[in-house]
Amino acid sequence: MDMLSSLGDGFAIALTWQNIGLALLGCFLGTIMGALPGLGPSNGVAILIPLAFTLGLGPTASLILLTSVYYGAMYGGRISSILLNIPGDEPAMMTCLDGYPMAQQGRAGEALTLSGIASFVGAFFATWGLILLAPQLVKVALLFGPAEYFALFALAFATLGGVSSTNQAKSAFAAMLGLGLAMIGVDTQTGVPRFTYGEVHLYDGIDFLVAIVGLFALSEVFIFLEHRHGSADAAGKKIVVGRLTPSWSVLKKCTPTMLRSTVLGFLAGVLPGAGASLGSFIAYSMEKKLVDRDGTFGKGDPRGVAAPEAGNNAAAGGALVPMLALGVPGSGTTAVLLAVLLALNITPGPLLFQNNPDVVWGLIAALFIANFMLLAMNIPMVGLFTRVLMVPPRILMPVVAMVSFVGIYGISGSSFDLMVMVGFGVLGWVLRKFDVPLVPVILGTLLGNQMENNLRRAVTISNGDWTTLVDSALSIGLWTVAVVGFLLPIFVGGMVRRRMRRAGDEEGSIRD
Amino acid sequence: MKITFARAALAAAAVALTAPAAFTASHSMFSPENPECIAPANPGGGWDFTCRQVGKSLQDLGLIEKTMQVVNLAGGGGGVAYAEVVNKRNDSNDLIVAASSATSTRLAQGAFPGNTMDQVRWLASIGADYGVIAVAADSAVSTLPELLDQIKTDPTTVSIAGGSAVGGWDHLKVLIAANAYGIEDVRAVKYIAFDGGGEAVTQLLAGSVQAFTGDLSEAKGFVDSGDIKVIAVLAPERLGGEFAELPTAREQGVDAIGANWRGFYGPGGMSDEAYEGWVAKIAELYASDEWKAIMEQNGIAPLDLQGAAFEAFVAESVAQIEAISKEIGIIQ
Repeated sequence: MDMLSSLGDGFAIALTWQNIGLALLGCFLGTIMGALPGLGPSNGVAILIPLAFTLGLGPTASLILLTSVYYGAMYGGRISSILLNIPGDEPAMMTCLDGYPMAQQGRAGEALTLSGIASFVGAFFATWGLILLAPQLVKVALLFGPAEYFALFALAFATLGGVSSTNQAKSAFAAMLGLGLAMIGVDTQTGVPRFTYGEVHLYDGIDFLVAIVGLFALSEVFIFLEHRHGSADAAGKKIVVGRLTPSWSVLKKCTPTMLRSTVLGFLAGVLPGAGASLGSFIAYSMEKKLVDRDGTFGKGDPRGVAAPEAGNNAAAGGALVPMLALGVPGSGTTAVLLAVLLALNITPGPLLFQNNPDVVWGLIAALFIANFMLLAMNIPMVGLFTRVLMVPPRILMPVVAMVSFVGIYGISGSSFDLMVMVGFGVLGWVLRKFDVPLVPVILGTLLGNQMENNLRRAVTISNGDWTTLVDSALSIGLWTVAVVGFLLPIFVGGMVRRRMRRAGDEEGSIRD
Repeated sequence: MKITFARAALAAAAVALTAPAAFTASHSMFSPENPECIAPANPGGGWDFTCRQVGKSLQDLGLIEKTMQVVNLAGGGGGVAYAEVVNKRNDSNDLIVAASSATSTRLAQGAFPGNTMDQVRWLASIGADYGVIAVAADSAVSTLPELLDQIKTDPTTVSIAGGSAVGGWDHLKVLIAANAYGIEDVRAVKYIAFDGGGEAVTQLLAGSVQAFTGDLSEAKGFVDSGDIKVIAVLAPERLGGEFAELPTAREQGVDAIGANWRGFYGPGGMSDEAYEGWVAKIAELYASDEWKAIMEQNGIAPLDLQGAAFEAFVAESVAQIEAISKEIGIIQ
């Protein structure tokens, strides 16, 4: 009851006109930033920090504004994934897999509404999880040493086969390519630069955002240029928006998916260093393993949209747990929020809940409010968003190119990154020509370093004894799931494939 | 009104105390047209904080007229920004760049290819974050010599976690202490690099590692909550306020000091007038009560160096880091 009264106090703080206005503003700006490729939640929050300071907002008001942006961006990321097949931010990558096919089938409105609802479910329950479990969840984070993290990342890669159904060898190749790209930069365990060729810009490695925008957005532009004389993409497809709301049966089918994905995503968010991308990835591949009986995932299955969206929004809530309770950011965005807290003279950490209850509970109440606002804002706006599909590619593509360049230059202010981005655009174009899926490339780049570092940390701590990797019940459990997740599709896969062939596989089902 | 008076009085006092008349004249003459601060990292880090906080405070105190524009120029651990300033912005009078021990560490280790510390003008420091070595609250170890003795007898039994890469400042701090204690082969000291001090502390709490090396500000929250105990602060003498009970390494017979300073440099081709102007502005900021409050809030300890004194301090720190890095084989 203590908690409920604290939450009540929190609502009293959050429900002033000023704070509601700020939450509304934050949700709106966040959704837009999330939808623009290149501008993800972390840049969105970073860009608005000066605004919060210039307005002279207090700690609670600033946090309300910035976390609304954070949640808004997590919602918004799905929009361009579904409509353009270009992820608005890293975690929205998985939403492309089924969202874009749905849009191509004329179910864009349905996909947007459904993903909006899934985002809401994920974020809503994650916020409750944050309230109820924050102190306990900190202990979960403490169970994860380097060996357990390594097992977790291995699990992610072992289930990679779940991502692209078309060709396992090609997705394995794509993952290896990503892992290779991850090796670029200074190796933190020895301080030695690798594959940098004396180029100082490469010392920090490749920025994921640069890679994503290049691989997805620019390669889309190149494909368009290639076809500009009237063939396939430019004129061929007339996209129908279709109904805006999913039917009850679809919603009912997706409900268990959303709930399972919320739990998985939330847990991934709680672990510092895992974050929302891993959350949406694990949610998607697990869900595919569990319910994809007919091989419809990757071809526009609504559950394939609901899973990653519930997962990544739940992870966004989960990532606030270690940030508030340990002062350890669970994701890039929470790292920025952490810096804001410090600048506002609030020390996150074990004592935050005691020392600054007004801030914590005000923030949590604001999360609830932002969440409802986002749902209310997103559903009616679906009709507006889907109009993007009506914009002819000859206008849309230059805009995509412009947003990509401005977005990437805005992050680092370096023209070198622009060249890297163009390089990735060409790479993405080539890979598409070979039907190599792009998502595993990003996953490899995103998770490769963490996986390698944790392996090396674990082995260094144990003085070179490799058995340390399977030294705890938790890591053994994770390895078991990984092995099962890897082997099962090989045995079951043949069966599914046979059934798929019988179902008369439609042409051109290959996509990224 | 009250604030205005206080500010004016403060500014006058600061000027009267720290600057000769000619100096005052030159500094009041110089006013950057479009003040800009480069934070050589993504938003959210220490350099970003330095730029934003100093920019805001300078404006609040009326030392600059326009809002300081903060540009994030990440890459190469500050190397990208350094090269940009040296190669493209060498003549700018409006530009300052956030720097810290990490900058001098990388300069010393040649990690900014082709760049040296004398290519820019070192302006002033705005404080320091002293290094700490800590263990979990339930650890059997409670003093620095105990920990170092363990390392001396069998270095494989003690893993020390820190937030910087191998050869980075968190690593070097432990080595400075180990060296001071007479551990001959500092390369045997086991250092595990994590992504940031927060992750390193978490792993200390999780029991994966035996000790933590980092900055006081990173450890503060966990010291307050009683989860970790600081066995040594690498400061010349005990710090003030709530940190007064933390023992220094020196008083335990280990003569090691490790300060993560924060400060600014400007382009090498900056005019003398602009240089003196910026130095005076930052000095005035440092002397203000507002800045003292900010330092206290953020756990920043005093380090009051400007102009030539600061430049000498950076040179000395570069030389020291170069010597240790050679010893541990990071550079030849």
